[in-house]
Amino acid sequence: MKSSPYADWLHISVDQINGRHVVQMNPGDHVRGRPGFLHGGAITALLDIAAIAAVQVALGEENPVIAELVNASVDFFRGGKMELSYARGNVLRLGRRIANVEAVAWQEDLARPIAMARMNFRLLDRPR
Amino acid sequence: MIDREEIEAGLTQGHNGRLGIRYMSHGGGWAELAIDPDACFASGRDAALWASGPVASLMDVTTSCAVWAIKGSISHQATLDLRIDYVRPANLLQPIFGRGECYRIAGDVAFVRGVAHQGDIANPVASVAGTFMLFDAVAS
Repeated sequence: MKSSPYADWLHISVDQINGRHVVQMNPGDHVRGRPGFLHGGAITALLDIAAIAAVQVALGEENPVIAELVNASVDFFRGGKMELSYARGNVLRLGRRIANVEAVAWQEDLARPIAMARMNFRLLDRPR
Repeated sequence: MIDREEIEAGLTQGHNGRLGIRYMSHGGGWAELAIDPDACFASGRDAALWASGPVASLMDVTTSCAVWAIKGSISHQATLDLRIDYVRPANLLQPIFGRGECYRIAGDVAFVRGVAHQGDIANPVASVAGTFMLFDAVAS
């Protein structure tokens, strides 16, 4: 799955495992916020990248449509520790012009997420 | 009143430091910070545009600094929620400036809002609203 410069900078990888995409972010000083915890902006970016991955899977890899983030609403449930973090997006609605997506981020336990987001994307045709 | 050096000290570490977020100005209850272009911050869909992530990080720390500004000291806090409307794509040739404001503290919750722009606040890149949980608030 195609990455972005910023995802690479954050050490966020998007992989396909058993037919599902798995998004993970390696911990490090580059994503640290207050001492011992992940930065809220880094968690937001992780959720954003997971949401985009879910849209790309829903559209199909051959589909030239690209997703542009219109807005994001992020709720932080617990501090993200300086550990490996995972995220997964779920497309709630895929329209012709808009995709409505939710995403969840967790660390040790998916049942105890560190943050969740809802994101709305505008769907654009790729320039030829 | 918190001073510039205290805010700048908070920007040198971790994610903020790696992004190179820099101090612009602050006052009672507001702060302005900036982030400079770098190819690493490019959008995946168009290398001439900023990715959305750095904007989120800038506004998270800018509004956090606004809470410090209204309290008059660095405080221990964590983002409770953050809402960002991405109003227009941002040109990666130019920095992004963030202005954040803390307009109310109620008990242990600080209410913030802000705008990201590229030199013209009337033509914003993004608009944000959010809340922070304060860890060292005194119960009223």
